Amino acid sequence: MSEENARQVAADVARRGYGKLVALLASRTRDVAAAEDALSEALVSALAEWPTSGIPNAPEAWLLTVARRRLIDASRRRRTRVAAKDHLELMADELEAAAGNTSPIPDERLALMFACAHPAIAPSVRAPLILQTILGFDAAAVGSAFLVSPATMAQRLVRAKKKIKDAGIPLEVPDRPNLAARLDAVLEAIYAAFAEGWSDPLGIEAHRRDLAEEAIFLGRLVVSLLPDEAESLGLLSLMLYAQARRGARRDAGGEFVPLEEQDPRDWDEELIAEAEALLRRANELPGSGRYQLEAAVQSAHVVRRRTGSADWAAIEAIYGVLTEITGSPVVIINHAVAVARSRGAAAGIAELDTLADDARMRDYQPYWAARADLLSRVGAVDEADRAYEQAIGLETDAAVRRFLQRRRAELSRQRQ
Amino acid sequence: MKYMLMIYEDDADRVANMDERMPNCSAYVESMVKAGIYVAGERLRGADTSTSVRVAGGKTSVVDGPYAEAKEQLGGFHIIDVPDLDTALGWAARCPSASRGVVEVRPVWPL
Repeated sequence: MSEENARQVAADVARRGYGKLVALLASRTRDVAAAEDALSEALVSALAEWPTSGIPNAPEAWLLTVARRRLIDASRRRRTRVAAKDHLELMADELEAAAGNTSPIPDERLALMFACAHPAIAPSVRAPLILQTILGFDAAAVGSAFLVSPATMAQRLVRAKKKIKDAGIPLEVPDRPNLAARLDAVLEAIYAAFAEGWSDPLGIEAHRRDLAEEAIFLGRLVVSLLPDEAESLGLLSLMLYAQARRGARRDAGGEFVPLEEQDPRDWDEELIAEAEALLRRANELPGSGRYQLEAAVQSAHVVRRRTGSADWAAIEAIYGVLTEITGSPVVIINHAVAVARSRGAAAGIAELDTLADDARMRDYQPYWAARADLLSRVGAVDEADRAYEQAIGLETDAAVRRFLQRRRAELSRQRQ
Repeated sequence: MKYMLMIYEDDADRVANMDERMPNCSAYVESMVKAGIYVAGERLRGADTSTSVRVAGGKTSVVDGPYAEAKEQLGGFHIIDVPDLDTALGWAARCPSASRGVVEVRPVWPL
């Protein structure tokens, strides 16, 4: 057994099993930070021992046993009344584990995710916390994904873990009456991680590309543990539809290609088929929510593969329902664009005008980009030009900026 | 784990309507006692009866009024002993005052 080989196996086990082991180690004490410390010490031991002793038959169980011993040592060192109680419980746990060593390690990751996305945890830290505790991202990786300095992110994560422990946030899946609302927070955190990864279309920044894939991994995990929740199926479906079009967003020269101009042959058929199947499953279940509806929009876009055009009437209808549910200006903008495609640009502009007095629109790029496009379609050249200027000024992605500049240049050629 | 439920609501309104609201409040406390989770609790007199004390540089200053001047004031508290935060939050939501003001839930820090 080479050291390189042992390192590889340990890294694989850590990657696949990290969240499972942390969830189990923290389940009784709710001390996530201590669980993570114990697990990282166990991984260090594995790297030291496996090259000579060989890789154990059940590497995860080996890591769990060693990490439990580390937890017991740590609580012995603390010597407080509370710690002594934890200590006894842990001893009991360990004996239990030793007795039934061949049984599979129970999967408590969903319980840990519900603790991380608990309403008592600040919304902005829920997704980072899930990435760290379930997937083992370090604070620097999470911080760079969410554009927060590593030190600040580390501080937020430490504070959140302290709150789980000190406030007694349970590591458990909520019961039925509370499940839907609480699941929403878990899904929102996963979608936030996906959105962060999605904003780097070329996958140049490796950590961002990883983030979209990791979010899909988490989405699959939730679906496998809660197979009959329409919204978890809807979210996974939505993410897979988006992922299927990931590469098509850029041409060979790295330039931005808007959805309507993408060649459907550049979309990933396999991912689309999986997304469609998930959406069908979600539609068979009672109730419908935001993610399921957004996945349905995606489905109406990809029919272009077969019919040559997106089903704009369906897209308009679905965004209409979403507008009623969310009242979100983002959804209203999408609805206006769909209205423009199915009933003409002027009707779309009329709907966008309902947002004109909303102060949030002043620096919201998609509003100005949609306005510029629709105004140029009705020949309102001067107004369109001003809207393009605004949209270009607000865009952060250089490729999208170049795309908008090209559109604006075409517009001014029309004028001459 | 022990939690303190701290009840904040419009102080003048609370004091003025105390008689009318007491039956609901007593029923709430009774249900916590029956559930075997109740540790302690009291209602407080109005914030206009409050006095704040500070010692600075060995000198004691006594000032009329509560710590923070605000319309919403601490009006009472309950201490309960339950397995986790979710159970405590569930009891806080049942508190009649939660629909008028705010119930802050904080874990007790054992000595």
